[in-house]
Amino acid sequence: MKRRAVRKSVNVLALGLSALMTAIGLIFLGAILWTLVKDGVAGMSAAVFTQNTPPPGTASGGLLNAIYGSAIMTVLGILIGAPIGILAGTYLAEYGRKSALSSVIRFINDVLLSAPSIIIGLFVYELVVVPMGNFSAISGAIALAIIAMPVIVRTTEDMLNLVPQGMKDASTAMGAYPWRTITSIAYPAARSGMVTGLLLAVARISGETAPLLFTALNNQFWSTSLKAPMANLPVVIFQFALSPYANWQQLAWAGALLITFAILVLSIIARVAVSRLGPGAARK
Amino acid sequence: MIHEPRRADSNVAGGSDAGRRLSEGGLNLKPSGRVHVPDSLDAGSPGRAVGEASVADPVFSCRDVSVFYGAKQALKGVTIDVARRQVLAAIGPSGCGKSTFLRCLNRMNDTIPGARVTGTITLDGRDIYSKRQDVAQLRARIGMVFQKPNPFPKSIYDNVAYGPRIHKLTRSRTDLDELVFTSLARAGLWDEVKDRLGSLAIGLSGGQQQRLCIARALAVQPEVILMDEPCSALDPIATAHVEDLIEQLRASYAIVIVTHSMQQAARVSQRTAYFYMGQLIEVGDTDRVFTNPQHRLTEDYITGRFG
Ligand SMILES: Nc1ncnc2c1ncn2[C@@H]1O[C@H](COP(=O)(O)OP(=O)(O)O)[C@@H](O)[C@H]1O
Ligand SMILES: [Mg+2]
Repeated sequence: MKRRAVRKSVNVLALGLSALMTAIGLIFLGAILWTLVKDGVAGMSAAVFTQNTPPPGTASGGLLNAIYGSAIMTVLGILIGAPIGILAGTYLAEYGRKSALSSVIRFINDVLLSAPSIIIGLFVYELVVVPMGNFSAISGAIALAIIAMPVIVRTTEDMLNLVPQGMKDASTAMGAYPWRTITSIAYPAARSGMVTGLLLAVARISGETAPLLFTALNNQFWSTSLKAPMANLPVVIFQFALSPYANWQQLAWAGALLITFAILVLSIIARVAVSRLGPGAARK
Repeated sequence: MIHEPRRADSNVAGGSDAGRRLSEGGLNLKPSGRVHVPDSLDAGSPGRAVGEASVADPVFSCRDVSVFYGAKQALKGVTIDVARRQVLAAIGPSGCGKSTFLRCLNRMNDTIPGARVTGTITLDGRDIYSKRQDVAQLRARIGMVFQKPNPFPKSIYDNVAYGPRIHKLTRSRTDLDELVFTSLARAGLWDEVKDRLGSLAIGLSGGQQQRLCIARALAVQPEVILMDEPCSALDPIATAHVEDLIEQLRASYAIVIVTHSMQQAARVSQRTAYFYMGQLIEVGDTDRVFTNPQHRLTEDYITGRFG
């Protein structure tokens, strides 16, 4: 009886503590979101989407070049990172599952996954920016690709591992070569999880600031050249938020709201993708 | 029947010998105990099974086949033939190597890291482990049905069409339709699914899924069908369905079925092989093995004394 009472009170205490911590977390999250929406909406205007970033001292201005730059570099980053990430994840899950090489790759991937993104920025700076002689959009895209890659490797491997072995065996036993089993059976079965992984990688890189500071830097003007510096939302937010100009600060809030909103939309699409592609989803 | 009569060995069937083995009682039943197998078959090679291991004109012919998983030996010098148009049942206690044996026949053991197969296995007289043998082509000639129904995450039609597509067996869509139809019909599933060929296979019941897996295997037009406990995940009615199906398929295919149910072995097979701790202990006509087992271990198993 006594033991039971003790256990019961411990239980109540634990429950109460976790509820309290959750509440504290939610309060901070709510405060952040509230500030973001309040100041972001205040900074929102048609000009945000139609005008480029303003030079110092001018009253108006928008984020058009930064929005374009973020979109281009994110898409390029995924286009570079996804094939490599998916193939590497496939190797880990299907071909080299138990090989020593796989363990090494897995370890390095985990290190990369948790590496501070500023280091990746520096790395690409040394490797691409210095030889090229100037900051450029392409080096920004490469930095983002390197950040997206380990995320994609990981989700691809995890999702492929969820595909029942019996299903792959059935295909192998019918005389399918491994690549056929992977493309015709494993990928379709893991599709929704892999798509989710890609979307999460997009969400991850679309908000990265540090690696872009060393690579794409910023561009006050409209530029579509991949060899030239390119404006992008995170760096613009960083610079404008720290500036003394009120209109710059407002634009920074608007940009922050835009990124947050884009990530929200991506997450929702990822959720929907899971349920839509559901029948083909990996089942335990 | 098809069995070579000269394999029936008087030494084995002889009353005194059998009596001696029986009188040894449970002494040798400890897992560590060496299984006593008379060296009467193929004198000179120890570990040969009691009964009729060889048949005339076999589909598969296994000679002294051993399988190792790393350092562990899971199959020990198995010599056995698989006859055409007949069902061979592999029985034995769990872990005795039945699945391992089955996987030797279509080289699925190759897919297990660390697995090693020794000895020779021929299919229609050709060594299937030879360097020149294309594994995918070999597997295309051998259908396999697994314990758990494992339809692909595709439509019913695409499940059956998968094999023909990867092996480019048909030239036109009509040919493919035809092949899908005959395969489903042979598997006794056509009437149940003809109105929903486009819907996902996962929506079928367990028994239907297993028959779909059989149809899928048939669509590749194999010579042999391997089944690894195909009914163990099914209810009795679905099991009866699959057993009926095996009975019909026997007219056209050689079938090897692993089963943990002796009743099932007795119902569906014409020949039975009893495995114990990686060894093939006894093989022969199903009727004979069940009514008059010649090895003490077989007798112990089928009379339910263990396993
Ligand atoms: N992939 C594997 N790796 C290592 N050992 C295995 C593997 N598969 C089976 N074994 C071992 O080989 C023996 C025979 O297994 P199996 O052929 O599956 O037996 P059965 O099908 O008769 O139950 C068992 O001792 C089992 O533990
Ligand atoms: Mg088994």
